[in-house]
Amino acid sequence: MNNELTQNIDINTDKISFLIKEKKIKSRIIKDKIFKYITIAGALFVSLILAYILFYVAKQGISSINWNFIIELPKPPGEFGGGVSNAIVGTLIMIALSVIIAVPLSIAIGVYLSEDRKTKLSYWVRTGLEILQGMPSISIGIVVYVWVVLQMGSFSALSGGIALAIMMLPVVAKSTEETLKMVPYSLKEASLALGVPYYKTILKVVVPSGLSGILTGILIAVARVAGETAPLLFTSFGNPFMNVNMMKPMNSLPLVIFNYASSPYKEWHSLAWGASFLLMVMILILNITAKIISRKWKIKF
Amino acid sequence: MNFKINRDKLFRAILYGSAFFLIVLIFGFFITFILESSESLTKFGFGFITGKQWDPVDGHFGALPFLSGTLITSFLGLIISFPISLMIAVFLSEYFYKGFFHNVIKTAVELLAGIPSIVFGFWGLFALVPLIREFQLSIGIEPYGVGIFTSAIVLSIMIIPYTASISREVISMVPTDVKEAAYSLGATKFEVIRKIILPYSGSGIFAGALLALGRALGETMAVTMIIGNSNSMPTSIFSPGNTMASVIANEFTEATDSTYVSALIEIGLLLFLVTALINLVGKYIIKKTVQF
Repeated sequence: MNNELTQNIDINTDKISFLIKEKKIKSRIIKDKIFKYITIAGALFVSLILAYILFYVAKQGISSINWNFIIELPKPPGEFGGGVSNAIVGTLIMIALSVIIAVPLSIAIGVYLSEDRKTKLSYWVRTGLEILQGMPSISIGIVVYVWVVLQMGSFSALSGGIALAIMMLPVVAKSTEETLKMVPYSLKEASLALGVPYYKTILKVVVPSGLSGILTGILIAVARVAGETAPLLFTSFGNPFMNVNMMKPMNSLPLVIFNYASSPYKEWHSLAWGASFLLMVMILILNITAKIISRKWKIKF
Repeated sequence: MNFKINRDKLFRAILYGSAFFLIVLIFGFFITFILESSESLTKFGFGFITGKQWDPVDGHFGALPFLSGTLITSFLGLIISFPISLMIAVFLSEYFYKGFFHNVIKTAVELLAGIPSIVFGFWGLFALVPLIREFQLSIGIEPYGVGIFTSAIVLSIMIIPYTASISREVISMVPTDVKEAAYSLGATKFEVIRKIILPYSGSGIFAGALLALGRALGETMAVTMIIGNSNSMPTSIFSPGNTMASVIANEFTEATDSTYVSALIEIGLLLFLVTALINLVGKYIIKKTVQF
């Protein structure tokens, strides 16, 4: 390729300009190669950082993961062992709460956005979702503290669930809208033409055909809020004991990590590493499941 | 028949209601912030932003140390992460657009986005802080380890996925015929990337950086754990400091008197407004770019 180029130039030009051009081509090719290697190096660098983080957390965390870690309560500092059963239960309860609160509402918003695509209200709803999505989680924590915790008079798992639900809302609503937009119009029209009422058409034809996308959105949203700590600091607050009462403070895995990581005790650090590892595995499984669902049930029309 | 129509109306009403509820929610956020911070808003006025002293005991509340802490960590993080994110975007869309390496890097970026910020903070505290401390010892400054520089590094790792994924999306929208035209004229890949792809997708990449900046500004937990939590003005990029988000996380549950609480909520309000603005501008630019 290179030889061909130089030959062509040789035919068309005199010797001096040929030399200049060959030099130029060479430097261009070298620049191209350098850039390519820099790009590859950058990409590899990021994967190395990721591998380092994953490896580090796994190495620190895997040693504290055992049966007792899952079924026992945390022990006071100085005593080795103990577990984070209260945090695992708390995380599951609060995620369940937030799913119950957020999913119906966000699916309704998503359906609305896919139905009314160009009205004024839908424009403002979209803007609202964008604001909510970019909102720092700590701000959500403050507002839920004012709205729920101050009214109830105490920190509670319920307020934590509400804070997480607000974080889930934009993710699920957006993915519902995007999926339902891909459902072809003819499907809806066919259903309406058969005399099926509008609400039944939406609930039994449109939403089910976009179910995989909605489900993926929910899983991604759960994965996003599962590791959230900031909105829980002033809502569910944390609790060293086992608690399943929604009106009382409740522990969660991210809170355990935060509280124990900043403590000076070695035993608590190893509990926090175990909790980090558990949390990361949980989030990884959620993300992989979401990916499998979206790949297997992809809408094809 | 009549019954059916009513149900349709009810269904419509539910849809409208939930859409309307969202708008009420956002306004509720805004109003709550204003109301709850009104005490500090009226008491300190504009001096809240320029005040250098944050002393809850004496009742002095100036947020400049946190403002500067937030801005320095975020911009430094963005500056560090931007070239790397761009490299990943180019790598994924131009050099390895399919195949094994493409999948490896793509999965790595996705996994990076999935790691909770608290884990980043924990990792930073135990793995990165000792490294930084050694580095500080070797160049002969006070070896805090924690501080603004450490936070900026962790932030830069955290926001790589945002810039990278948006840049990749925008780069993939550059029309193939324009690229092919350049190749047919003898341009090298580097020249195509520099003179065709980057100018074409420049505004989209800028928007991606903006959204990443929004993330960095509001990031709480990771920064709280490694910034050192000092309420004085940062003197160098290695000194410990505090960001707006981290001061709220640290002091909100401890704040007792109402001025203190409302000062903290005012910081939350500032954070809310700045990130909302950045997000809306970023999304607007992306929408404009996608329309082409």
